[in-house]
Amino acid sequence: MRPSGAWRESLLPGDCLILVAGVALCVFAGFDLWRGGAPDAAVVRAGGRIFAEADLSRARRIAVPGPLGATVIEIEPGRARVAADPGPRQYCVRQGWLTRAGAVAICAPNEVSLTLTGRGGDFDSLSY
Amino acid sequence: MTRSVIELVPTAEDRRIARHAAAAIALTVAEAAIPLPLPGVKPGLANIVTLTVLARWGWRDAAWVSLLRVFAASLLLGQFLAPGFFLSLAGALASLLALAGAARLPRRWFGPVSHSILAAFAHIGAQLALARLWLVPHDGVFYLAPLMGGAAVLFGLVNGLAAAALLRELAFRGENA
Repeated sequence: MRPSGAWRESLLPGDCLILVAGVALCVFAGFDLWRGGAPDAAVVRAGGRIFAEADLSRARRIAVPGPLGATVIEIEPGRARVAADPGPRQYCVRQGWLTRAGAVAICAPNEVSLTLTGRGGDFDSLSY
Repeated sequence: MTRSVIELVPTAEDRRIARHAAAAIALTVAEAAIPLPLPGVKPGLANIVTLTVLARWGWRDAAWVSLLRVFAASLLLGQFLAPGFFLSLAGALASLLALAGAARLPRRWFGPVSHSILAAFAHIGAQLALARLWLVPHDGVFYLAPLMGGAAVLFGLVNGLAAAALLRELAFRGENA
């Protein structure tokens, strides 16, 4: 019989297995390599010194004392924000949730800052 | 003075390898005319020939065809000893190693498509490793890995199916010759 050109005949069970494994490998590699920027931990500084370091796996609230009063940092899985601050202009509060490694919220009047750390931040260093 | 004549007599095997290598070289040169979006991602149509030779004549012939193709095609395209040539050579050597293993898989379950996809992954693996070590000494090259892996699956599948179709056609002709 002349070969019908049915492509399905050429696809043996093992071929399908290897095909699926190949696709899975690509998807896995994509998730692993392109996840860049996902934060691992939050670093809270008060008056220039590290006040607390918290991993972003569970929710918690941290009250940080400063010259004007307490700044409240709220941490949820994968993100963090300044929930409340006694500063006059509320810039750090209005920044909202920080979700990327390297993101910073600074409450200058109360000398508190919140930084997300992780591999693959958007910049090398920051000075202020 | 007696003249000494050195005569090289090509064996049937030499002719067979040369014929297949010529087909592979023609496919590589034709493929070079196709514009491609990403450097390093190309169909690798010449591998259809390598896969067919592997299935019909064994790994040794496939290695000859593949390596002759890498050298001759790079000479034709003016790429000999350029970075692209070394990437090509690294990919071909890794593919041949993968094929040496893949050819031992049971034929009932694993056909040319398996060989093709495994060889394609070995190819991009070696290319990325060489690129990382030599051309782009930065982990940034690995950001391309998922894309190149996707291309390996796609073109591996297409080339494998083409090789399988070619093998069926050749088997049919052999029966009816």
